[in-house]
Amino acid sequence: MRWEKGFRDPKLAKRIVEKIHEVAPKKDVVKICHVCGTHEWVISHYGIRSMLPETVDVIAGPGCPVCIVPAAEVDEAIQVALKGAVLTCFGDVVRVPGSSMSPLEAKVKGADVRVVYSVIDAVRMAEREPNREFVFFAIGFETTAPSTAAEIVKGSPRNLSFLVSHRLIPPAMELMLGIGDLQIDAFIAPGHVSTIIGLEPYEIFPKAYRMPTIVAGFEPVDVLLAIYMALKQIKNRTAALENEYKRAVRWEGNIKAKELMGRVFKVVGGNWRGIGRIPDSTLALKEEYLKYDAHERHSVKISGGRDIRPGCQCHLVIVGKIKPTECPLFMKACTPQRPVGPCMVGVEGTCKIWAVTSQHSV
Amino acid sequence: MCLAIPARVIEVNGDLAKADFGGVVREVNISLVDAKVGDYILVHAGYAIQVLDEKEANETLELWREILALEEEQSER
Repeated sequence: MRWEKGFRDPKLAKRIVEKIHEVAPKKDVVKICHVCGTHEWVISHYGIRSMLPETVDVIAGPGCPVCIVPAAEVDEAIQVALKGAVLTCFGDVVRVPGSSMSPLEAKVKGADVRVVYSVIDAVRMAEREPNREFVFFAIGFETTAPSTAAEIVKGSPRNLSFLVSHRLIPPAMELMLGIGDLQIDAFIAPGHVSTIIGLEPYEIFPKAYRMPTIVAGFEPVDVLLAIYMALKQIKNRTAALENEYKRAVRWEGNIKAKELMGRVFKVVGGNWRGIGRIPDSTLALKEEYLKYDAHERHSVKISGGRDIRPGCQCHLVIVGKIKPTECPLFMKACTPQRPVGPCMVGVEGTCKIWAVTSQHSV
Repeated sequence: MCLAIPARVIEVNGDLAKADFGGVVREVNISLVDAKVGDYILVHAGYAIQVLDEKEANETLELWREILALEEEQSER
């Protein structure tokens, strides 16, 4: 893309970093919270934290969809696979720990677990093998949910059902503000989720919580600009919703995608691993689409799985209370090769990102 | 999981399009967007989720260059 270079322009980035140092507070530390694994990847990969003043702390909130899926839902996916159905899931889901094993470990025990790039792959597999039952483990935020809805509305093959585990970002952001000792000063909102939901769902943050909120893209200049915009608001004691990612995010979002989601899913309360129950944060199939529900078709319903293993601090990493390096297991008992907690599994997990970008040695 | 990759639409056939991901061509479902040949789209898990606005991208960069230059001038005074 012709413009991509501009958002990676080192000269522009350097100037923004200089401006960040100018507007950053001189004494008090401000905390800017993002809620997107891809933002964490950009920040870590480009060494953005090392460019910031000591008074600017950028923390990662619950932005990794694989990390926040409760163990009970992973257990359900494993159970349908062990019962004989083919479990299809995204690549970074196969290693996420359930209460006692991951889908990959279930595969070792003989379950048929297959990695797909898209729900489309699951549909094609089910069409190719009509005599087998297939289940798609539908994990992801608002970015992913429309594709699940689209395939269901189209009329999936009769031998394909869904374990819907989609979750919504704004309720999790609101929950973050209720964590008293976090003291967040500004939000960087996730750009790709925002391409779908638009800007309106974030209005509550500046209006009700006086929280500067910047929707940002995923090039280094995007993230630096978002940090600068947030710091300017903090300095000027203003609270507004700003869109840095105008090339992809419109006020109304993606209307088609939102309509599809509304048609197929209802919003319910749900558990998030490491966080607990968040009201109105989870998508579930509406009555008219229950024939696609794998819970019904395969008679699985598990509650109360083991979300956090002994010693694992993922529940604190997920809400930005600690950095991965503060977990006693990080890069000792818990590594990308042998993950203990979910944050070390998903490509968007904060621990995994810190491990592969060697942030811990900086 | 929330990663979306930009690609250029090179062929449209109903709900499906061929998209060029910087040299790699893949089939993408474009039923969630109104995309035509030549458009840049954001692709997530096989689906285009949004059409990118090239004009907006260039304007954003230009605007920020101007703002930063102006702020630099003001801080030098």
